[in-house]
Amino acid sequence: MNPTSAQTPPVAPRKAAPAGNWRYALVGVFFGITFVKAEIISWFRIQEMFRFDAFHMYGVIGTAVAVGLISVQLIKRLGLKSVEGQPIRIAPKPFTTGTIVGSVLFGMGWAITGACPGPLFAHVGAGYWAMAVTLLSALAGTWVYGWLRPRLPH
Amino acid sequence: MLELLRQPWPWYVAGALIGLTVPVLLLLGNKPFGLSSNLRHICAACVPANVEFFNYDWREQAWNLWFAGGIVVGGAIGSHFLTDSAALVLAPDTMADLRALGLRDFTSGLVPADLFSVQALGTARGLFFTVVGGFLVGFGTRYANGCTSGHAIMGLSNLQWPSLVATVCFMGSGVLMTHYGLPLVFSMFQ
Repeated sequence: MNPTSAQTPPVAPRKAAPAGNWRYALVGVFFGITFVKAEIISWFRIQEMFRFDAFHMYGVIGTAVAVGLISVQLIKRLGLKSVEGQPIRIAPKPFTTGTIVGSVLFGMGWAITGACPGPLFAHVGAGYWAMAVTLLSALAGTWVYGWLRPRLPH
Repeated sequence: MLELLRQPWPWYVAGALIGLTVPVLLLLGNKPFGLSSNLRHICAACVPANVEFFNYDWREQAWNLWFAGGIVVGGAIGSHFLTDSAALVLAPDTMADLRALGLRDFTSGLVPADLFSVQALGTARGLFFTVVGGFLVGFGTRYANGCTSGHAIMGLSNLQWPSLVATVCFMGSGVLMTHYGLPLVFSMFQ
């Protein structure tokens, strides 16, 4: 027995216990239901957005950014910690050539498929089986990027 | 209550719930919200093939795969148990534009069956929309190091200027593709 252990706070584990991963699945379930119920996974709603014919998607993304922004700033100002006691750290997003070129390519794909990576998972769950091909093709795209990466400008 | 859940949810409810995912993931385990990374983790888990980009311990990021798995389940619950019998109400201008392009199915579900259905996979047009479109999403998001969740929501929430550049680029590119690219695609694959 280490007599000092009673006074010092327990050291937070370096890695999250894999057993705790179910809670992220639970967050995902609510997230997936929201995607379907707010019609975010609708190809038609994405078309409306890119044609500036409806406010819906701008409302969704705008509200999400506002809520996310306020939350992150509160977490930083109040110095909140995760439930495991770790200080909250968010890695910065670096700027590279890919930020522009990759985003332009993604935007084209988004307009064609009406789906970004998150909704693709919900599409498959919702039983739009053709979208499983889109998901597989997105995996192929990511794989080809990884393979070509040493030869691409960054 | 169930009736209320069955109806399409308004943008402010959906936006708030999606925005709250950011602090929930941070507080639950210091996890950054971002879904396109999962495509990389799946590649690393299934086909690493000695590519340096996939040579890392994807198991450390397993939480995100659980999150994506939850989205699959949520998609199933939302569409099978909370379905609304009423058809999607589409903006009349968008509907007219899409009809002019040659789209016929507006009622079968959240995606048009003329582009995204098992039958459509047997057509050049259907293959273009699923395969080429999907490839661009997977290649582009990884090259850009983020998608709508990682850049537009997480990145902007954390005041990252590269995320603002990315968001402007993919929104702008989507607008151009919709107005100038899609008419070309539809005329190529009638």
